[in-house]
Amino acid sequence: MIDFDYARASSLEEAATRSRLPGAMLLAGGTTLIDLAKCDVVRPELVIDITRLPGLRDIAVEGDRIRIGALATMSRVAADPGLRAEAPAVTQSLLLAASAQLRAMATIGGNLLQRTRCSYFRDPAAYPACNKRAPGSGCSAIGGVARGHAVLGGSDACIAVYPGDLAVALTALGASVVTTDREIAIEAFFLAPGDTPERETILTPGEIITGVSIPRGPVARSSTYLKVRDRQSYEFASASAAVGIELDGSTIRDIRIALGGIATVPWRAQAVEEALRGRALDETTIRTASRLAVEGAVAHGGNAYKIELGARVVARAILTAGGLQ
Amino acid sequence: MSALERRAKQGDASDGASPLGRPLSRADGPDKVQGRATYALEQPVAGVLHCVLVQSTVGAGRVVSIDRNAAEASPGVRLVLDAGNSLRLRPVSDFYGNKPEGETYTPFAEVVEHNGELVAAVVADTLEEARAAARLVTITYEDAAVIASFADARAGEGRPVEAQDKGWGDVDAALAAAPVVISQTYETPREYNTPIEPHGLVAHWEADDRLTVYEPSQWVDGMAQHFADWFGLAFENVRIVSPFIGGGFGSKGQPLPHSAVAAIAAKMLGRPVKLAVTRPQTFTAYGGRPGTRQTLTLGADRDGRILALDHEGANETAATKTFVETLGVVTSMMYAVPNLRSRHRIVPVNTVTPGAFRAPGKNPSAFGLECAMDELAEALAMDPLELRRLNEPDHDFENGKPWSSRRLLQAYDVGAQAFGWARRNRTPRSMRDGRQLIGWGMAVGTHPVYSSPAEAMVRILADGSVEVLSSAIDMGTGTYTILAQTAADALGVPAERVTVRLGDSRLPRAPVAGGSQLANLMVGAVHKTALAARDELIALGLGDPASPLRDRANTLSVEGGRVMTPRGEAVGIAELLAATGRSVIEVKRDTLPEGERSDEERRKFFTTMAGMERGANLPVSRHSFCAHFIEVRVDEDFGTVRVSRVVSALDAGRLYNPKLADSQFKGGIVMGIGMALLEEGVVDPRNGRILNANLADYRIATNADVPAIETISVGEPDYAATPLGGKAVGELAIVGVAPAIANAVYHATGKRIRRLPITLESLV
Repeated sequence: MIDFDYARASSLEEAATRSRLPGAMLLAGGTTLIDLAKCDVVRPELVIDITRLPGLRDIAVEGDRIRIGALATMSRVAADPGLRAEAPAVTQSLLLAASAQLRAMATIGGNLLQRTRCSYFRDPAAYPACNKRAPGSGCSAIGGVARGHAVLGGSDACIAVYPGDLAVALTALGASVVTTDREIAIEAFFLAPGDTPERETILTPGEIITGVSIPRGPVARSSTYLKVRDRQSYEFASASAAVGIELDGSTIRDIRIALGGIATVPWRAQAVEEALRGRALDETTIRTASRLAVEGAVAHGGNAYKIELGARVVARAILTAGGLQ
Repeated sequence: MSALERRAKQGDASDGASPLGRPLSRADGPDKVQGRATYALEQPVAGVLHCVLVQSTVGAGRVVSIDRNAAEASPGVRLVLDAGNSLRLRPVSDFYGNKPEGETYTPFAEVVEHNGELVAAVVADTLEEARAAARLVTITYEDAAVIASFADARAGEGRPVEAQDKGWGDVDAALAAAPVVISQTYETPREYNTPIEPHGLVAHWEADDRLTVYEPSQWVDGMAQHFADWFGLAFENVRIVSPFIGGGFGSKGQPLPHSAVAAIAAKMLGRPVKLAVTRPQTFTAYGGRPGTRQTLTLGADRDGRILALDHEGANETAATKTFVETLGVVTSMMYAVPNLRSRHRIVPVNTVTPGAFRAPGKNPSAFGLECAMDELAEALAMDPLELRRLNEPDHDFENGKPWSSRRLLQAYDVGAQAFGWARRNRTPRSMRDGRQLIGWGMAVGTHPVYSSPAEAMVRILADGSVEVLSSAIDMGTGTYTILAQTAADALGVPAERVTVRLGDSRLPRAPVAGGSQLANLMVGAVHKTALAARDELIALGLGDPASPLRDRANTLSVEGGRVMTPRGEAVGIAELLAATGRSVIEVKRDTLPEGERSDEERRKFFTTMAGMERGANLPVSRHSFCAHFIEVRVDEDFGTVRVSRVVSALDAGRLYNPKLADSQFKGGIVMGIGMALLEEGVVDPRNGRILNANLADYRIATNADVPAIETISVGEPDYAATPLGGKAVGELAIVGVAPAIANAVYHATGKRIRRLPITLESLV
């Protein structure tokens, strides 16, 4: 038996304090932690159950922000009519993720921290080399079958894709992650692998996500999330895009775009945004500009299709958000 | 209803009031839905220890050393097993005829031939302790070169399987003279059975020489014999219990290496041992369908008549074990082909030995043939359905025999009508809905009818209820239900009054539930037995001095659970038994060929494939047939393919229960959708590791991938095929689905994809 200690936190402060202990991990929905423990990727010595902490499940539209508690489940958030009206891309990203069973368990905070589906990362018995798991040990994906791996944001150390959907929608909408210590713009929250793929976010020891905060506005209200994959359900994205758009007649006044499924982190497509701001909402213009989303992409072991697919998914998401679909 | 009337009935619900042929719901359904059905690993065996497997993490190489010390010292551990300390068994051939080399057998590899091969096992008091200790077993390998799949050029061309050679006419001359020739290569990847109940067992030695095994099984008698041979026991001393099976699709027909491990550990420790193969382990604990490759060359005249067919097939097999995926089987019998040649090769690579997976041979065979037919139709500028009609054979060209029945032309008519095929514009990319390209494709499927003998027992109990007993199994296919219907039909009692007991090798014997043979042969055996029981009941009513009906009539009938005279005087079965002092009428019959035979000879009919009639000794060629008409929608930007409509017309003879047959048809079609678009075992070419060994990454179709499916039975009772007129059902409908989808994708996009699965990158 692999023993571990279990503690149910009664306050955020207590959870924060305990989570600084060596080998400590937080437990919310458990959909990532238990999965990775079964794969022998993580072996916590102390599991701190935060599911009973009060006040972290609310979904509130207040003033110019939408606030979602870190412990709200994906299914509850996806069912919230206020959120659906204010930020449909977020609702859609949740509904298109995982399975109904997983959505009923998984929480918003945990969702952001879900870890990659890289087969090599998840199979330590056969692949001891993984810089994310064992810094400096090498990368088994580079040179291997990498159909699902990242074409953007990779490094010589790691090309594992960020698998989530929600964070892509939040990135497009300029959301921030609220923690026990601070509020972090989501684009600053996730770290590209660089030389330290084991560091996936800027969270510091003892820092706990308490919620996310999404700016309200026309961009969020006219937003959409498009997810493309071979299987219609229960599959991670081959490529996805979240787009929020504000139109002035048929002119794009403002637009925000992020991609998923093709990059090591949720990938903001600022170059596309800049190319389209102030331009007419026109399919050719959009398709041309969307190619900027995958500039600098690098293919590995069977994932070259993601470069073309990524550009097309961005274009179609813009068309949909702009009502041209 | 007289026998004559019954013969004329359609194989569907129009059988009417008679229990056999009615669309009854599954008898095992409520128990399963309410959690009362006991699966193998839920059997309440007291005092079980838990066994966890350790699989290799290299693709090839010699095991140099296994350090068991840390695992042995781990809390709760009773035994750490490997080839060095395992009890040695007697070598037994597997289902495919591979016999382990050497005087003795151990399920643990000493030389690893594939990644994920069984190397060691740990037994502990709890599952958690066994799992923890399994991680402490340290194995050192001397690595050898790995040929991960036959895509690796080093795998070479393999070796010919001459037994699969077939041919007639002069193919080369006919092809040289043919005005229209197409030649293409088609490939299918490794596919896995992935039954929802993973493999596992509880092995319990009730005495030194008596073993009970609770293990999901498609063949309890064959498995009992296999265990008996391993341990040198009498057949009767092994009992396999498998009342419910959570799917098998061919993977649960024989004991596997892990089965031996649990029995060895239980023997060595003197305690029952439970072993659950984890989902990731299932991908290498046994093999599914091997990777296949076929090159077909079809020559035709300008009107579309096929002149010649040349076929070369190959499948991956294990490094030192042989598995043949018979790729020429549909190729050689589906059309009127005057000149034909088919050759087959197997290519050894570092894979687990492949195995039977729903419609082995037939399914990939049809993928190659039916894609090639679509390409031929394209080359001829002909409607693909018309091409098939034109080449419909009036007999089986492979063996010259007449069909027992072949209602494929009817399937074409009915299926095409229901689908609206006549409205199809033949030009690719001619139909769209917004950004979705729409394609219509069709293809044909078939499955042979096999038959084997079986035994059955029927008991009429004192309360008038009936028991049917057989070691046959029900893996969700409906055996419980249709055997109750059969007994009810023959005995004249309501189906609800019949209880069926299955899946125990102590019961009257049955052959493997494979090759889609079980329903027909068990319905035949139970029907015969139940008629004999009815005769005994009637004899009792007519002849027993205490019978209330004695001297009231010359004949009696049984209807609605009552024994009655032609004038309508009747007594309940329970009443008759009570009056005559009988507590039970028990009848056992079999469908063995006539003749004297020893117990051992008799047993072989049920524990080997010796009794299976594949048609060689019959005057007719027996097959089920189907025609699939499928609509796909392909996103023009993303290349994602979604099946949006399926109409399948099927000739499976008489349907004993149209509702359950329909479930089998639809299940096959759903699995075919997965095969066409999703399923693929992804292999790391560097070390032969399966990279998607879990149900998130190995993709089977979800509900969202499955559209409305319309199935139409065009079958009629075929008494030349089987005694009660049914033909093959279970594996029929998957055959032909993948090519119909591939053909529809071509029609939608103009791109011909000849390798499955058809994933988005091939269409982006």
